[in-house]
Amino acid sequence: MSEVALVNNPNVGLDKTPKSGPYVNELTTLNLGPTHPATHGIFQNILTMDGETIVDAEQTVGYIHRAFEKIAERRPFYQITTLTDRMNYCSAPINNMGWHMTVEKLLGIEVPKRAQYIRVIMMELARLADHIICNSILAVDTGALTGFLYVYQWREFIYEIYEELCGARLTTNMGRFGGMERDLSPVAIEKIKKLLAELPAALKEFESMVVRNRIFMDRTQNVGAISAERALNYGFTGPNLRAAGVDYDVRSLNPYSSYEDFDFEIPVGTKGDTYDRFLVREEEMWQSLRIIQQAMDNLPTGPYHADAPHYYLPPKQEVYRNMEALIYHFKIVMGEIDAPVGEVYHSVEGGNGELGFYLVSDGGRTPYRLKFRRPGYIYYQAFPEMIKGSTLSDAIVTMSSMNVIAGELDT
Amino acid sequence: MENVSNQQIIEALQGQFGEEAIYGIAESHGILQVTTEVEHIVPMLHFLYQHPVLKFQFLTDLGGIHFPEAKGQELGVIYHLHSLENNVRLWIKIYVPIEKPEVPTVTGLFATANWMEREAFDFYGIIFEGHPNLIRILNVEDMDYHPMRKEYPLEDATRHDKIDELFGR
Repeated sequence: MSEVALVNNPNVGLDKTPKSGPYVNELTTLNLGPTHPATHGIFQNILTMDGETIVDAEQTVGYIHRAFEKIAERRPFYQITTLTDRMNYCSAPINNMGWHMTVEKLLGIEVPKRAQYIRVIMMELARLADHIICNSILAVDTGALTGFLYVYQWREFIYEIYEELCGARLTTNMGRFGGMERDLSPVAIEKIKKLLAELPAALKEFESMVVRNRIFMDRTQNVGAISAERALNYGFTGPNLRAAGVDYDVRSLNPYSSYEDFDFEIPVGTKGDTYDRFLVREEEMWQSLRIIQQAMDNLPTGPYHADAPHYYLPPKQEVYRNMEALIYHFKIVMGEIDAPVGEVYHSVEGGNGELGFYLVSDGGRTPYRLKFRRPGYIYYQAFPEMIKGSTLSDAIVTMSSMNVIAGELDT
Repeated sequence: MENVSNQQIIEALQGQFGEEAIYGIAESHGILQVTTEVEHIVPMLHFLYQHPVLKFQFLTDLGGIHFPEAKGQELGVIYHLHSLENNVRLWIKIYVPIEKPEVPTVTGLFATANWMEREAFDFYGIIFEGHPNLIRILNVEDMDYHPMRKEYPLEDATRHDKIDELFGR
């Protein structure tokens, strides 16, 4: 009998049962993060691994906690908008608008239709940017860098549209209580039209490269799956919940800012795995484009902000010429205007899910209590359950597809 | 989708827990809020979860709040419930004294309450009895106070450019 045959014989060979001594089965502790390039943000996961299989994960969050809720208790309402920018910085306009709508609810300001439509356009652009980031980087994490380069320039282009409206790119501080700070400029309209005309081609190119790609499918299907029941119990919202098969979308269930005027569909998945999350986000981008198209086609004429002199900054020319305007300008900038007593909860469909603002006002110039319901914070706690039993590379892809944003999580 | 009115929720709660168990009934922009006693909170959430019509099976948020003036019930916990089937929201509030801020955990019913309760513990020092891992979450572990309580001012007390009097407040 030759030596080769002896090795291939399954009955002859190494005994696989654990032994004492140097061969004992041992669990490995692996520290993933806090600053690991694959986690896209500052998250620490202490993984317990059996060979290449994850047995348990212990999460540490809070590395970039900036005490937003505490700071908000000392700031006039309009200064809190800049804090919301820094939560989910991939889709800052949605956070801004959500906060503005919360305060408008408290103050009872009616926003004109045109401002609502501009808000919808900006929010959907933000959703596009958010999903472009999440999906293209998910592709990068599975090894497909090219697709990322095709769509990422459109995220850059969306930032140019933001710049047209508010002057900023990432932390936008867009809009004011009562509407927008300025109307859509001709350049902005031109750019939005260009985006509507040309992004579909790039998106199609990206999809044709990734969606039916064998490697991508093998890397993402049945990876990091969560059932609809568990997802609801874990408080999932947004694309991650819809990927599990629950069609909860704040935009359609509790329409705000005239979302009831638009015709769009809510894509849902079936398995709640990484592939489904990817596809749901992909389809949501198409729906966002549809909504923007409808909003541009039916953009109402009229004022782009409400007549709310106590809260809406007067035009600068007026401030220099008109005494009332100067008084209001000063009072608003100094945060001297008291808000009514009340308790308000308002939520919008953020890039990652239901972004809620629970505001308690005691009638002062600042909120008494402001609680942000950050979707990322709430669903990230399911991460250990989702990756248990999978490999390290699957965990990276799962985390990437959940779109956990450190800024939102840690406030 | 059935239409569930806020009155129906109140009646269901009063029928189960008695008239005295819920008070502070108010409505804010269509959202019903009720206040209850600490001992009722877990049975109440279970009751609402299993109710065949109401089905409050989604815990949107849970947060602490501090009212230093309200003696004996300084700290509060607000449960934001959402019945996705009926699209009705409900806030349930409970208040506990700051000397003994003990609240039973609801992690047995909602897995999502885990981090929400840790956050409320971290910022307000509310102790959730029975919580599987009640440690700080966003702040550093060796912090020895609960920063969202109202006695901790945000501004540096040594600054003289932000005195309220100077601004006529």
